[in-house]
Amino acid sequence: MHDLYSFFTGPFAWLTFIVFIGGSVWRFSSLWQLAQKKDGHVFEYMDTKFALRSIAHWLVPFGSRSMKLNPAMTVVTFLFHICLFITPIFVFGHVILWKENFNISWFTLPNAVADVMTFIVIASCIFFLWRRITLPEVKYLTTPSDFVILFIVAAPFITGFWVYHQFAGSAFMTIIHIISGEVMLMAIPFTKLFHMFLFPFTRGYIGSEFGGVRMAKDW
Amino acid sequence: MINCDSWDWDKGKKEVGKFSDWREKFSYIEDISFSPDGEKIAAIVKNEDMEFTVSTQSEGAEPETWETGYDKVWNLRFGPDGRLSAFVSDTGEWKVSTDDNTWENGYDFIWNMRFNKSGVIAVSAQKELSYCAIINDVPWENEFSKLTDMVISPDGQSSTAVIESIPVLEGEIFKFRGGCYSVAVNGDAWDRNFMNVWKPSFSDDSSHVAASVRTSYNDYYIAVDGKTWDTPFSSVWEPCFDPNSQSVIAPVKRGGKWFLAKDGAIFWDRPYFQLWHQIYSPDGKRIAAIVAPEFGRWTLAIDNTPWQITFSDYLTDPIFSHDGRLACIFKDRGRWGVAVDGKAWDSIVDMAWIPVFSNDGDNIAVKVKKDGFYHIALNGKILDTKYEYIENPIFSPDGSTILIRGCQGGSYNRDVISIKGGFSYA
Amino acid sequence: MSESNSATESKNSGIKKIDDQGILKGVEGLTPEKIESVIQQVITNETGARLKVYVDTCVHCGLCSKGCHYYLSLNDPKFSPAGKVKQTLAEIMQKKGKVSPEFIKQAAVIAYTQCNLCKRCAMYCPFGLDVAYVMSVMRRICHKLGVVPLYIQDTAHSHSVTMNQMWVKDDEWVDTLMWQEEEAQEAFENLRIPLDIEGADLFYSVIGPEPKFRAQLIFQAAVIMNAVGENWTMPSMPGWDNSDMCMFTGDYEMMERLKRCHFESALNLRAKRIVMGECGHAFRSVYDVGNRALGWRMPPIEIIHAIDYFNELFEQNRIKIKKKFDTPVTLHDPCNVSRGRGLHDKARNLVNATCSNFIEMVPNREHNYCCSAGGGVINCGPPFKNARVESGKEKARQLLEAKEKGAKVVIAPCHNCHGGLEDIIHHYNVGMELKFFGDIIYEILDLP
Ligand code: HEM
Ligand code: SF4
Ligand code: SF4
Repeated sequence: MHDLYSFFTGPFAWLTFIVFIGGSVWRFSSLWQLAQKKDGHVFEYMDTKFALRSIAHWLVPFGSRSMKLNPAMTVVTFLFHICLFITPIFVFGHVILWKENFNISWFTLPNAVADVMTFIVIASCIFFLWRRITLPEVKYLTTPSDFVILFIVAAPFITGFWVYHQFAGSAFMTIIHIISGEVMLMAIPFTKLFHMFLFPFTRGYIGSEFGGVRMAKDW
Repeated sequence: MINCDSWDWDKGKKEVGKFSDWREKFSYIEDISFSPDGEKIAAIVKNEDMEFTVSTQSEGAEPETWETGYDKVWNLRFGPDGRLSAFVSDTGEWKVSTDDNTWENGYDFIWNMRFNKSGVIAVSAQKELSYCAIINDVPWENEFSKLTDMVISPDGQSSTAVIESIPVLEGEIFKFRGGCYSVAVNGDAWDRNFMNVWKPSFSDDSSHVAASVRTSYNDYYIAVDGKTWDTPFSSVWEPCFDPNSQSVIAPVKRGGKWFLAKDGAIFWDRPYFQLWHQIYSPDGKRIAAIVAPEFGRWTLAIDNTPWQITFSDYLTDPIFSHDGRLACIFKDRGRWGVAVDGKAWDSIVDMAWIPVFSNDGDNIAVKVKKDGFYHIALNGKILDTKYEYIENPIFSPDGSTILIRGCQGGSYNRDVISIKGGFSYA
Repeated sequence: MSESNSATESKNSGIKKIDDQGILKGVEGLTPEKIESVIQQVITNETGARLKVYVDTCVHCGLCSKGCHYYLSLNDPKFSPAGKVKQTLAEIMQKKGKVSPEFIKQAAVIAYTQCNLCKRCAMYCPFGLDVAYVMSVMRRICHKLGVVPLYIQDTAHSHSVTMNQMWVKDDEWVDTLMWQEEEAQEAFENLRIPLDIEGADLFYSVIGPEPKFRAQLIFQAAVIMNAVGENWTMPSMPGWDNSDMCMFTGDYEMMERLKRCHFESALNLRAKRIVMGECGHAFRSVYDVGNRALGWRMPPIEIIHAIDYFNELFEQNRIKIKKKFDTPVTLHDPCNVSRGRGLHDKARNLVNATCSNFIEMVPNREHNYCCSAGGGVINCGPPFKNARVESGKEKARQLLEAKEKGAKVVIAPCHNCHGGLEDIIHHYNVGMELKFFGDIIYEILDLP
């Protein structure tokens, strides 16, 4: 058990970071190079002002008509993304690891707050799952990989919740938690999860086209 | 060019006509224009019987109206030889009238008046839905169901046009794809058909014709006298002939970029975002073309080397002087200007017309428009004199004077000025 | 004809029955090898990261659905923007181009007739994924394979021969202008439609269907231009048509030829600017798409849509009216000039300057629904008319809502919109009258 633990917090964790960072850099730079070669217009019409204008509208809850038409999704997705992003970085258990290994540390979330946020992520994933299964327009688009990815995203939070609440077998769950977190990170560059890095560019580009050429809003 | 040695090149201004005279005489006057030598003005007017006709005026004379009146007159133009021609119609029959003499043959419609350099006229014509071209009142022997892009040869003996060689009806898309278009020269069609043909043009000796064609949506070629180049390109623009040989050059597109090709092979190997309007220098040794070396930047390239200076909006009218200088008109950030040998004139105007070189190539005059008035710009400076209307300037054969044909305060004046100064700049 | 060519109800797609010879006969000659090679060629030579990102980063959230009037009208997920990508390029990319002729047949119907390229969905997708672009790539592939609905293919052919959309021959064009000029002269002596005037302030261009079917619009424009004393011109030779079905079939080489012809026609006459009639797609082709294809960042000459021009006449007090149009009106914002050029505010100024009673339809401005005819869909002709009108159900609902609030007239400053809305109004018994701004201005114009 301990060997496994040290493998997954040691060499495998390094591998994870290498894959996540290296993979993301590779994916990003290959897209960038391809764009430079083939999508001249994207660079030609990209306009910082209009790109930021559009991004800003889409990062504010209910900042677009689309969000207003889908209030439940808007609330859930904002909470989900915030919690998804914030919790792993600021949860006490993770910060302590950074402290122990690299002697760096930062602000931590009160445990109760982190617990609620974890729960929000899990609940959001259930909501997403429910949408995928019941809403026809989402169901139609859903591929098996969407379920897998959703599971990959939910797993670290479910297992983290499990470990924190000391449910049965939490020692074993700790390892699963670590593995699932690592799997999620490694999946980012190679799946649609990469949207987190591409969002500023896709939104920024359409925002530039709308703002600079079409002289219209895109929200 | 027409020989202008015999024109009156004595310095000084003559009043050719006055708008007020016309106003008094006619209830209806279209746009007035000058003859090439500036001795005459002309316009489409209505006569006393309220028929359309043409009137002209020369210095010291009253406006003189054509004897024949018509239901309709349009496209009034002076040819390079100074003769005045228009399309005229009576009871639905259209003819060309030159200096009030109409052609014999009438048609249901005629259009696209083309002159060769000595003033021979060709037109496109339609009669009972059959189409042909006519040179100097002589129609082609063959007629076609469609005809476009007609041009006259430099020697004025021939005309060519794109024609529909296999009549194709609306909706027959598969037949269309099989190729129903070709080129006819003097009414004789090439023996090969294409999906499309565009813009045929003659060689300088008038004996060959080249055109852009496509044989499928993906295969574009240049065809010369009915035979295509060996290699297809993803697109092409209109070809032109080398004046010294029978070689043909044309812009071709490959891999999303434009190149200049000669006789089927890439000739300028540098890729451009755009390349068109290629021209040969008068000695045939150099080639210039309008290019976009980068997206959204326009300039001229000579022998595949673009000028350093580029412009944002537009570039047009590239022209070589006899001694090989190169000029063009450009538009940059909404304003127009003139560029010569890679340098832009400082004067920026609201509109500019084709640059005119003196014979020795030392001087350039340009018709421009600024703040609502026309001016002549000479060697980079805009002359002060304002006109409500002007024609392109013309240099005297020795290059010492310019003929300005313009309207000031309702007077249509012919003015010959020395280029050696004595005038003020705007 | 083989069995598969008369595909009836296919349970995997929203396509009922294909009854279009351009598509049915077009796929007949296709082999999987040919399909694959054309797809590879288009994907590798003509697209890049943009397409990849649009297809790969879609998170399948379905939020774009409410952006698309097809989905809203038909309530069928196959018609959602991402749903159309799923049925076309997503599958093509996944299979690396190894798709069957049958697949291409369905994909052609989707790309040409189930998307108006209106770009509304880009305003509803959180990532701004542009499904219209993806559908254009699909059309490009179909064009290269020769699988294009017959009617629109024919108009693209017309463009290639005559440089206009309606097989109007060179002589017919001038003849029509003369006829309109004569008609107008009966009411207004010495009125002119000036041809080929060099240095005119304004080059007026129209779409092919105007001389062919709606010549009175040229007449009206001539009357308005004369009434305000405009220094304007029209060309006697090809270049007068600003429309562009080649842009919509995917024949970009031909689109380039057309746009060049139009721009050079105006610029050779040294016109200051191009004013175009009330058409949306033509505006898009000249203002946004065609210029780029030719290497211009923005059009080489100022392009003014009729809305903009008319609004300017009122703002500069150049035009006099007898009285305002007093039947209650509503305004349909055409995608290509509203979402495409932000003219919705000027359009409202113009409505207020010309009409006394204005009722908004909802949603409006950038968010207005397409008329279901745009993007070349109406040009695919009768085989697709019923489907098109069905996809306009949401539009009908929106119109009826405006009607309930009192609107009797719909101002639609776009030819395509007129065609599409006319069919919708008729089919759903909406009972409203359609007008162009030109119709209204002509009606209220105070003539000397
Ligand atoms: C700021 C721009 C972003 C937008 C607009 C955005 C949008 C979305 C949307 C619409 C979903 C829908 C999920 C579904 O229905 O399945 C989603 C899921 C998700 N997003 Fe984001 N996202 C953004 C940034 C991020 C970032 C920065 C991260 C990473 C920290 C992230 C991670 C995730 C994950 C893990 C999912 C769940 C995956 C799934 O459900 O398949 N997102 N996002
Ligand atoms: S572009 Fe318009 S019609 Fe096409 S999918 Fe998007 S919203 Fe629907
Ligand atoms: S809204 Fe955007 S990300 Fe979501 S399904 Fe539609 S296209 Fe894909």
